Amino acid sequence: MLFAILSIFVVAALAPVVHRATGRHSGWVLALLPAALFVYFASFLPAVVGGESVRLAWQWMPGLDVQFSFLIDGLSLMFALLIAGIGVFVVSYAGRYLEAHRDLGRFYVLILSFMGSMLGLVLADNIILMFIFWELTSITSYLLIGYNHEDLKARKAALQGLIVTVGGGLALLAGLVLLAMAAGSWELSEILAGEDSLHEHALYLPLVILILLGTFTKSAQFPFHFWLPNAMAAPTPVSAYLHSATMVKAGVYLMARLNPELGGTELWTWTLGLFGAVTMFTGAWMAIQSTEIKKLLAYSTVMALGTLTMLIGIGTPYAAMAGAAFLLAHSLYKGALFMLAGSIDHGTGEKEVPNMGGLRHAMPLTAAFSVIAALSLAGLPPLFGFVGKELMLEAALGAPDALAVVLPLLALGSAILVVAVAAIVGLRPFFGARREFKRTPHESPGAMLAGPAVLSVLGLVLGLFPALAQPLVAATAMSIHGADPGMELKLWHGINLPLGMSLLSLAAGLVIYRFWDSVRAGIGRGMAPAMRIAPERGYERFMDGLVWFSDFQTRVLQNGHLRTYVMVTMLTTVALVVGTFAALGGFEVSVRFDDILIHEWVIVALVALAAMFVATTNSRLAAVASLGIVGFGVALIYVFFSAPDLGITQVLVETLTVILLVLVLFRLPGFLKFSNPLTRVRDVIASLAVGVTMTAVLMATLGVQYFPAISEYHIAESEPSAYGRNIVNVILVDFRALDTLGELFVLALAAVGVYAMIKFRAEDRKS
Amino acid sequence: MMAGSLILQTGTRLLLPLLLLFSVFLLLRGHDEPGGGFIAGLVAAMAFALYMFAFDVYKARAILRIDPRNMLGIGLLLATLSGVPALLQGRAFLTSLWWDVEVPLFGELKLSTPLVFDIGVYLVVIGTVLTIVLALAEAEE
Repeated sequence: MLFAILSIFVVAALAPVVHRATGRHSGWVLALLPAALFVYFASFLPAVVGGESVRLAWQWMPGLDVQFSFLIDGLSLMFALLIAGIGVFVVSYAGRYLEAHRDLGRFYVLILSFMGSMLGLVLADNIILMFIFWELTSITSYLLIGYNHEDLKARKAALQGLIVTVGGGLALLAGLVLLAMAAGSWELSEILAGEDSLHEHALYLPLVILILLGTFTKSAQFPFHFWLPNAMAAPTPVSAYLHSATMVKAGVYLMARLNPELGGTELWTWTLGLFGAVTMFTGAWMAIQSTEIKKLLAYSTVMALGTLTMLIGIGTPYAAMAGAAFLLAHSLYKGALFMLAGSIDHGTGEKEVPNMGGLRHAMPLTAAFSVIAALSLAGLPPLFGFVGKELMLEAALGAPDALAVVLPLLALGSAILVVAVAAIVGLRPFFGARREFKRTPHESPGAMLAGPAVLSVLGLVLGLFPALAQPLVAATAMSIHGADPGMELKLWHGINLPLGMSLLSLAAGLVIYRFWDSVRAGIGRGMAPAMRIAPERGYERFMDGLVWFSDFQTRVLQNGHLRTYVMVTMLTTVALVVGTFAALGGFEVSVRFDDILIHEWVIVALVALAAMFVATTNSRLAAVASLGIVGFGVALIYVFFSAPDLGITQVLVETLTVILLVLVLFRLPGFLKFSNPLTRVRDVIASLAVGVTMTAVLMATLGVQYFPAISEYHIAESEPSAYGRNIVNVILVDFRALDTLGELFVLALAAVGVYAMIKFRAEDRKS
Repeated sequence: MMAGSLILQTGTRLLLPLLLLFSVFLLLRGHDEPGGGFIAGLVAAMAFALYMFAFDVYKARAILRIDPRNMLGIGLLLATLSGVPALLQGRAFLTSLWWDVEVPLFGELKLSTPLVFDIGVYLVVIGTVLTIVLALAEAEE
């Protein structure tokens, strides 16, 4: 398993080489990897369908409870098979779709890395491991959305997706840590197997809110749904993969995964049920207003994600079964529809549905598969989408309390709209009068039709024979619900309320389709005021505010004047230290002055006088010289207190300072007084405060000792274990060599930085 | 920069080798007596800085032979590599290892990874100081 996940990243790194070697067939060659993984995951099917869950673990950071542990049960296997299976077609599709793109090699790197992260996310048992993969999917999807990075819109959409999902990711991390603290384990399998429920735990409310923030942003739930349609700036294979079948379902996956442990409370049921249903309706509502085919599909994805969230929230065995079936159905038809939309774009150069028509002769296969997939989207028999939708309506009717009224109404409303969307996507481009296109319409190559063909036909086969899907769907539902729901998938449920709702939605949906152009215009006028308060405005407002605040605090705190930096740093230190003293109620001073020798007093006086002279003199040279007195005075103190290494270093550094000052002294502008008397008074007060505080800290630290000094150990061990008598040096190169190494890198970086600054200034002046 | 006085130039010609020798002495004895890579590096860097003042930047670069920026890299590499032998023995990175080598006519020679590490420190310090000092002096012209 570890090998399987890591192999993807290895192949991803090698992908550009493979691409160069195999040229136009690279898509098929690289698709072999997800195909092999699909077979590998399928080998777990017998065990998982038999009700077992498999756990595989490798040590990673045992001290931190982080390990490479993987959990394979119905839920994770369902996701893994979808990710690997659809991945095969996406990679081979991309090989042809992006054939002419000069960065295709880089695309493979990203899409395969994304696949690996996504598989890791759904299979991970360790919470931290899962979170790492979670963030990796955000980062790779950022790069994929912004793949056409010369396009401003793509970059903006990518950044928006990143900020929303990673912002949610922060909340999720906190939520997961709370979850682990509350449940006492970092392994999902142990948390789920835990005896006591977390419902009564003091951390239950905060951890649920934080985790839901993470999952809602990731799965584009209202009010965070706006980033998903914008993400359509990505190339079509990415949309097909990330924004239909996989990434956006990561949030759904996590809610489903934690449902047995966290679900069943009113908080969980109401939050998920309501937000899910609102998202479902919002998605369908926005879809009907869009004209670009990918936007239409994206909003219908938002609808599907809302549906899944709602079903998890309802929490009945029926809902779990409906969620599992709907998940499978949606991945099949939505993956197919996105790839077909890409085919239309590829074959005609047209993205706007109102400009399409009559393509059935030029693109017969695309038309056929589109119709099949769209029928599944609309939820018509005998497709698997119908099975999923009937279960969903039934589950909504069976929701607890008042939700049993609200949810079916919203479900019916979105079902009507979805029928219209399905007709717009599946019928409009292919039937009616033939339109003129930028390119002469032509059918897509085999690599681009293989995916839609398999996925849409699979939707048909599973609809006709639901028993084929039954084992995996039941196993998934068992993971979501925590117990076997004990239900059979059936195409025909008899004449009942859901069937009536389906018929109604079909009729109403077709009416909307018939009058789509005028409906769209009407809605557009009606929605104009609402768009001003749409959540996306909130996002923009927030980003503007962020920029304003950064600008403001940079102007105040980092204004380019060294004196401001020093003042801010020093006064902050003083405030923190004095605050700490005040909080601790003062400190004891146990310093005795009577054993200070006369020559020590002399040096101290000298240093103090020199420092005062530096602050008041008008001559730079004099200031440098008396700074030297301060430095050498300090070096003398080191020598008196038997620290020869420090003394030598101090003397050398003083000398170096003089050398550097000599080099820059000529270059400085003439000495000017910037300060007026008032600022000078302020400066004196500030420096006194700093000085007094530092002295107080020194005295306080001399009085207390929290830990036994480590110097005893160093003195004792220096000779026997490090073969050195100079403890300072032994500490530097042996005991704490890693610290020194880090400091060496800092030193080198500083040198490079200074060098660059000097050189660039010199060049600026030349030009 | 103007060339320095004849006295300074003559003195520096004699002082440079002596100071460099002294810096190597400080470097090698550092493990037992006051000294070590940091101090030795400062002494060596200042010897070259003195040479630069006495003559000019170009002569200083010429006598240095190697660009101080490369010295930075070599020093970092040495310091990092000195931690690797311990890794190969399955111990923590930078654990010190010691070998006693018997050299004919010379006696016992103590070789160790901390010594390699200290030479790395030495080179990084020289590299840092001279990178800045030489660049500043060049910007002067």
